[in-house]
Amino acid sequence: MSTTEVKLAAKRGAKVERPRKSHRAVGGDLFWAYLMIAPLMIGLLIFYIWPTFQTFFFSFTKWGYFGTYHLTGLSNYQLLLHDPDLGGALINTLIFTVLSVPASIALSMLVAVLLNQPIRGVGVYRTLYFLPAITMPAAIAMVWGWLYNGDYGLINYVLSLIGIHGPRWVSDPHISLYSLILVAIWGGIGYNMILFLAGLQGIPRTYYEAVSLDGAGPILTFFRITLPMLSPTIFFATVISMIAAFQVFDLVYLMFPAPSLVIDSTQTVVYLFYKNAFLVENKGYAAAIAVLLFMIILGITAIQFQLQKRWVHYV
Amino acid sequence: MIQATTRTRHSIAASTTRTRRPIAASSLLIHLVLVLGACLFVGPFLWMILTSIKTLSESTRVPPVILPAVPQWHNFQDVIATLPFIQFYVNTIVMTVGRTLGQLLFCSLAAYAFARIEFPGRNVLFILMLSVLMVPPQVFYLPQYLIMKDLGWLNSLQALIVPGMFSAFGTFLLRQFFLGLPKELDEAARIDGANHLQIYWRVILPLAKPALIALAIFTILWSWNDLMWPLIVNDSVNKMTLAVGLASLQGQHSTNFTILMAGALLATWPMLVMFVVFQRYFIEGIAITGTKG
Repeated sequence: MSTTEVKLAAKRGAKVERPRKSHRAVGGDLFWAYLMIAPLMIGLLIFYIWPTFQTFFFSFTKWGYFGTYHLTGLSNYQLLLHDPDLGGALINTLIFTVLSVPASIALSMLVAVLLNQPIRGVGVYRTLYFLPAITMPAAIAMVWGWLYNGDYGLINYVLSLIGIHGPRWVSDPHISLYSLILVAIWGGIGYNMILFLAGLQGIPRTYYEAVSLDGAGPILTFFRITLPMLSPTIFFATVISMIAAFQVFDLVYLMFPAPSLVIDSTQTVVYLFYKNAFLVENKGYAAAIAVLLFMIILGITAIQFQLQKRWVHYV
Repeated sequence: MIQATTRTRHSIAASTTRTRRPIAASSLLIHLVLVLGACLFVGPFLWMILTSIKTLSESTRVPPVILPAVPQWHNFQDVIATLPFIQFYVNTIVMTVGRTLGQLLFCSLAAYAFARIEFPGRNVLFILMLSVLMVPPQVFYLPQYLIMKDLGWLNSLQALIVPGMFSAFGTFLLRQFFLGLPKELDEAARIDGANHLQIYWRVILPLAKPALIALAIFTILWSWNDLMWPLIVNDSVNKMTLAVGLASLQGQHSTNFTILMAGALLATWPMLVMFVVFQRYFIEGIAITGTKG
């Protein structure tokens, strides 16, 4: 997860207020506090906080073999600007995010609204729709790679039944990115659906009673009550899903296994990071890609927090 | 007056009977949509299972064979003969359990101090911890890899476990939950002479079970399904996890989909079973992060 949860909690006026000051100061409070925090803080410092500074530092270096490196100033960042691979990966990642996140949010909201109706079998549906959310992305990528197979795949067979000659889903460079996006939408619905169900259950029943007395139909009720009341959850789900979308790696790695002919049209920013850091030993450049990714995610999240003032209703 | 009320009662009764029929029809429509959707969600899993017990020629026939003539259970043995999947299970379980126990302990200890003790430097440390949440994990991987290399931990179980034992997200989640517990509990225990460690262990932890379970489930899922970190640190075959093992199975059998589906099934069934059994906790866990977090 991410910080967004923190900010969101603060926005909602949730329990972010300070713990109440105790009347009785207990001897050794300081000792106990630091003793209890130390294991976590030492771990975070060694494995997370210090590495963040190191990655920034490495982004200004060039690596030779045997782990030696020297400072090269801004050359990695200049390369970022001119690298066609990175440009392509950025565009792929943007298309992936812009198409998969809204579709996944809209569909999961639809499913949640349907599951919030007084019908039988809600538990069964919820279980089935949630299955992809707990399944290893590596396995999901393999199963869909098989379903998408151009010659023997189930999808093209089903399409042939209705007279459509299916495309080469994973080996046609014009289509492969969209095949990836479909899988991501499929896999993203379950988690967001649970968020929306929790959000829907938080809407007071009296609101619905009030509009139904006004004679509002289901469509009007959805737009007048459900959607505005759900807007904090929509915001939360969008922020979380976008951050995850910018970091997509597993699906790409296993749906288009190397040496893949379509990798140029499907590789994402994180895929390129992995390749430079651990396959082609270009660690300085990889660090610069990681810093760029960090900045993009930070920027987009900040923009979302600015924009939400216009459309998110906090009760 | 009485007439008026009976009339409204009548009209209410009339309106409910009038709307009942459309509700029945619309609930049929809802079921139709949901069943179609469910097919899309379950279909790939069913196809994975069916393919995993077919012969290679059955799997590539057009039109496709739905059920194999004879279930080919040996496909699973073939997978295990190709790669040490039993060892992958052991590695994945050790990694998952190690990370989860580590997070439960370290996050809950720190969360207690952040939520229940007032001490100088708390806000600075808390903000420092939260700042970790803002950074995408890819920023950590390169230096973490170098630490593992310097320690001589590449291709070891420690490399899989140790960095994953510390979590800012987990600490934040637990702190939010601890803040919601009444302060009087601690004060009563203090009057009885308990120190902070005793209050943490005997008072707070037993009350925080829902949050601890939520954190455990998140950590278990994340660890079991994690691909990138295990891929980075462990490339020797007997230290691989299931996710990395799948990638390597694909490298060896890129076109034999019966073997690949058998491998995918071997890698995913424990989480699928765990989810079906502990479903309530999974769903409550996610709901906690969505609403309370």
